[in-house]
Amino acid sequence: MQNHFPLWKNLLILIVLVLGIIYSLPNLFGEDPSVQISISDASDMSEVQLGKVENSLDKAAIPVKAMELKAKQILVRFNNTDEQMRAADLLRNSLGNKYIVALNLAPATPQWLRNLGAAPMYLGLDLRGGVHFLLEVDMDAALKQADERYNNDVRLALRTAKIRYKSVAYESGAIKVVLRNAADKQAAMDLMDKDFRKLDLKTNDDDLQLFLSISEAEVNAIKKFALAQNITTLRNRVNELGVSEPVIQQQGDNRIVVQLPGVQDTVQAKEILGTTATLEYRKVDTQHDVQNALSGRIPVGSKLYYERDTKAPVLLKRRVIITGDQIVDASSGIDQNGSSSVNITLNGIGAKKMGRFTKDNIGQPMAVVFIEQKTITKMIGGKKVRRKVKIEEVISIATVRDAFSRRFQTTGLDSPQEARKLALLLRAGALAAPVDIVEERTVGPSLGQDNIDQGVMSVIVGFVVVLLFMAVYYKVFGLVANLALTFNLVVIVAVLSLLQATLTLPGIAGIVLTVGMAVDANVLIFERIKEELANGNSPHTSIFLGYEKAFSTIFDANITTLLVALVLFGFGTGSIKGFAITLAIGILTSMFTAILGSRMIINWVYGGQRNKELSI
Amino acid sequence: MIKQINFLGKRKFAAVFSGLLLIIAIASLAIQGLKLGIDFTGGTLVELGYEKAVDLNVMRSQLTEKGFADVTVQHFGTAQDILLRLKPQEGMSNVQLSVGISAAANAAMEMQGEMRRVEFVGPQVGDELTEDGGLALLHSMFGILIYVAWRFEYKFALGSVAALAHDVLITLGFFSVLQLEFDLTVLAAILAVIGYSLNDTIVVYDRIRENFRLLRKGSAENVMNISLNQTLSRTLMTSITTLLVLIALAFLGGEIIHNFAIALLVGVVIGTYSSIYVASPLVLALGVSKEDLMEPEVEKEGADFDVMP
Repeated sequence: MQNHFPLWKNLLILIVLVLGIIYSLPNLFGEDPSVQISISDASDMSEVQLGKVENSLDKAAIPVKAMELKAKQILVRFNNTDEQMRAADLLRNSLGNKYIVALNLAPATPQWLRNLGAAPMYLGLDLRGGVHFLLEVDMDAALKQADERYNNDVRLALRTAKIRYKSVAYESGAIKVVLRNAADKQAAMDLMDKDFRKLDLKTNDDDLQLFLSISEAEVNAIKKFALAQNITTLRNRVNELGVSEPVIQQQGDNRIVVQLPGVQDTVQAKEILGTTATLEYRKVDTQHDVQNALSGRIPVGSKLYYERDTKAPVLLKRRVIITGDQIVDASSGIDQNGSSSVNITLNGIGAKKMGRFTKDNIGQPMAVVFIEQKTITKMIGGKKVRRKVKIEEVISIATVRDAFSRRFQTTGLDSPQEARKLALLLRAGALAAPVDIVEERTVGPSLGQDNIDQGVMSVIVGFVVVLLFMAVYYKVFGLVANLALTFNLVVIVAVLSLLQATLTLPGIAGIVLTVGMAVDANVLIFERIKEELANGNSPHTSIFLGYEKAFSTIFDANITTLLVALVLFGFGTGSIKGFAITLAIGILTSMFTAILGSRMIINWVYGGQRNKELSI
Repeated sequence: MIKQINFLGKRKFAAVFSGLLLIIAIASLAIQGLKLGIDFTGGTLVELGYEKAVDLNVMRSQLTEKGFADVTVQHFGTAQDILLRLKPQEGMSNVQLSVGISAAANAAMEMQGEMRRVEFVGPQVGDELTEDGGLALLHSMFGILIYVAWRFEYKFALGSVAALAHDVLITLGFFSVLQLEFDLTVLAAILAVIGYSLNDTIVVYDRIRENFRLLRKGSAENVMNISLNQTLSRTLMTSITTLLVLIALAFLGGEIIHNFAIALLVGVVIGTYSSIYVASPLVLALGVSKEDLMEPEVEKEGADFDVMP
């Protein structure tokens, strides 16, 4: 039989159809407004917390649609956004600092579908609303920091090894060490060779200078580290913000994409993402006179600072007691005098250092320095000029009354907001290098909904018009093509859902375009069948030849279009990628449905009967 | 056989027509260029929605008064929605800009508007996008050239790529002449036009190749005319269905993808025309002959596709 599929082929097509229906189904169920609760250190949740949440919602009489306990989070679903917002506010207050309460839209997929691993497509920011940032890591700053660090380390190593030097200073791209005699120079070179392999050493035979510069490999390592460290820090900060399903990804060598669905307050988000605020604890230099320092004679081993509120100058020791890196937890609070404060918890090393320092310095003053890096971008003559400002302010000076180590309180902050922000930043860790926002896209929630409505509307209208047109023009064969087209749409949605691809507005356009183009394969086949009929072939032979001869055409035409989709994917960013993905998937699925799917139905309709006239 | 249309007989008219379109397109691109969106130029864009219609003149003068002189104001979709566009500004961060300008707009309207969309693109990102976009066009053309040369013959490859360049230039020219905004989605549409137009051209070429092997008699021109006639109803059918969908997209899909749909509409029309009147005449002009397409002895028709349905 010419027009008869073997059983396995029919089964294959039917299985694909069933799978397509199952995995595209979740998209029909919509989403529940919900609240997602997790612990800030990402530890597991238990029944106890679940009970707590249930209790407080009960008390406030907020109706709950469903509640779920997953390993690290509790998900509470509500009937509408109003109740969701009320519940979120309530839980934020009742659960306290340790918990992160985030608003979320949880897919309302039924359990049996979820058991099969089915989930709806992920909606892009242009459809659900939210903020997209492209951040550029300032690698020059990262390298400069490394230079400073090596400068200190070299100095310290020379001192520890008791090699006397005239000077160690950073000069035009290298650390310049000037020594006192040839023997010291040799000793220093040996030391550098042993302990500073990551620095390239250059020297002239006839003087006592060494030039140390960071090696190429180390430069790359520093850049890589800065990027990785920044991504980790940004992730922590975003988690602290309480955003559900954020995207934080590397892009290229020095950029990071941050997408925050549902976030509307971009000013706050930007502040939290971009700042590099941290704290340092230093001893106050009480041996030297501040007035002398002000006139330019700053003692070695000390540095001049200013107090935040009074702008009064203070001399602090260069050696840092502890830095923000050693802080493991921080929360904002109010001190005895009613002013804002941050409660700090240190890690083991930090606690040891702090313990040793406070024990030895009871009765001495200690200063807390607030450090923030800000980048100010200016356009001068059409060119972007970046200026970096490092703000270092003394926010409090207090006398050490008692030895303390792990936990203590820092006061002197301007407002509760600042205390909260600082606590958040200290918890999340510092950025290894400052970042600049080079691209930002915000879509409001109403625009997102409009985009969905209009996108879906145009898909439906375009689809229906094509169906009508095909049915009128090709009659029974047109109806078959329509079934194949519907099948195709189902499979595209199923594949996109399975891949958990992000559906964007251009993605919807891609689907619409595929609908238009997917009929092409069927049109090619049907036109061929018509030709074969006109050539005087029997209906059966015409169907057979039509499919056979159209195949290589369809194949060539689709491969070239696929080629374009791949190029689009390779070069495109964000939304263009979405378009490319849907186009590529559409091409592949349309080949399956238009060739195999339509053939199966044609076989069922015409395969059994001999020489029945074709309705084409 | 049904009535044959002598497509290739009219190729001189087509050449003049295409030539004219190309001259207009290139002249317009050279003189006034494209109206590039902020995706490519960098800058800030703010979309605001109000509950009453916005008078653009009042809005413009109010914004100028508040110090936002270099801002373009236009309606977006409805009279209640406005789009504000700013070039990269000196000494002002984008936060200050977007917050400042929406506050100024709200003051002008004497009501709180809804912030529907904010986009900020840094100048260096814009430059990169322009470069990447151009590269994407070149790379896809190059890939197609190689694939078609491999599957068909180099004359066909040249013909198809020339037809594509024709389509892309004319579509770009359309955007330049009407000064429609050219943003990232329009670039995507142009690339999709390449895909579509190529699809069309390949179908025709495929038939020409088949007929060269099949029909022993007849000149190359004759064979190509027959092929064009045979594929004509398919070419029209596919174009019509695609156009139907695109019309739905252009009128119902919303303002953001409106230009995307327009680019595709123009591209599909031009692409359909070019696969008949540009791609095939070019192959003929390059002197295609039966020998170019005779397959090697050993290979059977469709031998490389065992997976026939």
